[in-house]
Amino acid sequence: MAAVMTASHSTPADPRPALAALLDPTARTWLDESAAKVAADPAAVRRLFPAVRRRCGHGRLTDYWTVDEAARAVLLTALPLRDQALADEITRLHRHGDPAEQRAVLRTLPLLDLGDLALPLVRESLRGNDTTLIEAALGPYAAAHLPHAEYRQAVLKCVFCEIPLDRVTGLDSRADRELARMLADFAHERIVAGRDVPHDILPVVRAFPDVIGAELKHALTDVLTDVLKEEG
Amino acid sequence: MRIFDPHIHMTSRTTDDYEAMYAAGVRAVVEPAFWLGQPRTSPESFYDYFDGLLGWEPYRAAQFGIQHFCTIALNPKEANDPRCVPVLDELDRYLAKDRVVAVGEIGYDSMTPQEDEALARQLQLAIEHELPALVHTPHRDKATGTRSTLDVVRESGIAPELVVLDHLNELTVGMVLDSGCWAGFSIYPKTKMSEDRMVEILKEHGTERVLVNSAADWGRSDPLKTRKTADAMLAAGFDEDDVDKVLWRNPVAFYGQSGRLELDEPKPDEEATFQGNSIRRGGA
Ligand SMILES: [Zn+2]
Repeated sequence: MAAVMTASHSTPADPRPALAALLDPTARTWLDESAAKVAADPAAVRRLFPAVRRRCGHGRLTDYWTVDEAARAVLLTALPLRDQALADEITRLHRHGDPAEQRAVLRTLPLLDLGDLALPLVRESLRGNDTTLIEAALGPYAAAHLPHAEYRQAVLKCVFCEIPLDRVTGLDSRADRELARMLADFAHERIVAGRDVPHDILPVVRAFPDVIGAELKHALTDVLTDVLKEEG
Repeated sequence: MRIFDPHIHMTSRTTDDYEAMYAAGVRAVVEPAFWLGQPRTSPESFYDYFDGLLGWEPYRAAQFGIQHFCTIALNPKEANDPRCVPVLDELDRYLAKDRVVAVGEIGYDSMTPQEDEALARQLQLAIEHELPALVHTPHRDKATGTRSTLDVVRESGIAPELVVLDHLNELTVGMVLDSGCWAGFSIYPKTKMSEDRMVEILKEHGTERVLVNSAADWGRSDPLKTRKTADAMLAAGFDEDDVDKVLWRNPVAFYGQSGRLELDEPKPDEEATFQGNSIRRGGA
């Protein structure tokens, strides 16, 4: 039986080595100087953070980072601020940011020592409909800080928005019986309506077999048989 | 025929307008931040508006094959309301963004000291951000207002080729072109400037450093005035190359000075969404 595949729960890798290898000298110099400016004067980030994409590019860098997100992470981690002051600066960058800037803020949260102070940003993204923002919000920071009930609702929202669950961090450690029940009920509704059940919810449901009622068990067996055939 | 409307307020227009504009040849627009008719009473209203100019509206335009850029500023009318002035403190964040190709609309409305202050400060921001400036000239007492505007532009130290003075007419075009600034003309259905008068101005002053726009917004206006001016030029004996210069190459040259005018022809994509919301009805 396939294990529940999830993104790593741990902190993402420091993006600087990968960036240094990829950026051309002009972009690298711009980023180094910009990080130094931010370290010397935190307000400088307000003008530099939005300019990153046209200075450094925006292709994919690693599984976790795009180039612009990684370069923006370098600026955010250079901020010489702590606690509420850091949260305030980050929150304003997010509030005035376009979607690409907002994704960068969300992806950088696990690299910043913010405690629960950035949860409002995660919640704002989860309220919206932009799947790229929802996905960025459900990284290691949310896995570590989002209360259980909200985490379960977020996973359910991903299922509705068709965000693959392997992109949600922490599902292996945070999936619990209540989440399995919610997903089983969802599967049941889908089956009754004659619609497909997304296969990526099945590992969570199967890990808590007692949430599956007799009627659902019968229906799920058919679905599972199909999945196992595909996996076979 | 390819058309670039260098001044149009698409936020106030319908999807029918986008379709008609595409059919007429419009492939790129610049939407200047301006007054919305209903006065704003807090800076937050501006930020939501700016976010729309940078997010929702370019997405909407792309559905119709049109590239959308914007200019950002505190407009002269609202520069007079002390509740709105704090917007100036946050402009740095917005002027740094990719689709912002100028500071604007700035300029004079009623020639007040508050307008002086906002104009001078925002011309400095244009210099700091290495952006062009779109300067509105007042509708009342236009000649005097235009002269004062040119004085402030000169004092600011910004290079004249980075500045367009807009809404000009026969009486103000000469002094603006002589100053080295660009001359902008808004072609309206009834008042101000018509396409036939525009053709006469082009005959007299040439096609160099001239921008023609519809300035269409929530008032009586026509988003196809750029195309109608092009047709009037052809009827008056200008050739295709003159039309392409005035209605495409000139605006590209002016806003291209920002270094941020990345023009590629957008393809309409029915499936695309902005932040998960679509312009399709009955859909997501
Ligand atoms: Zn206007």
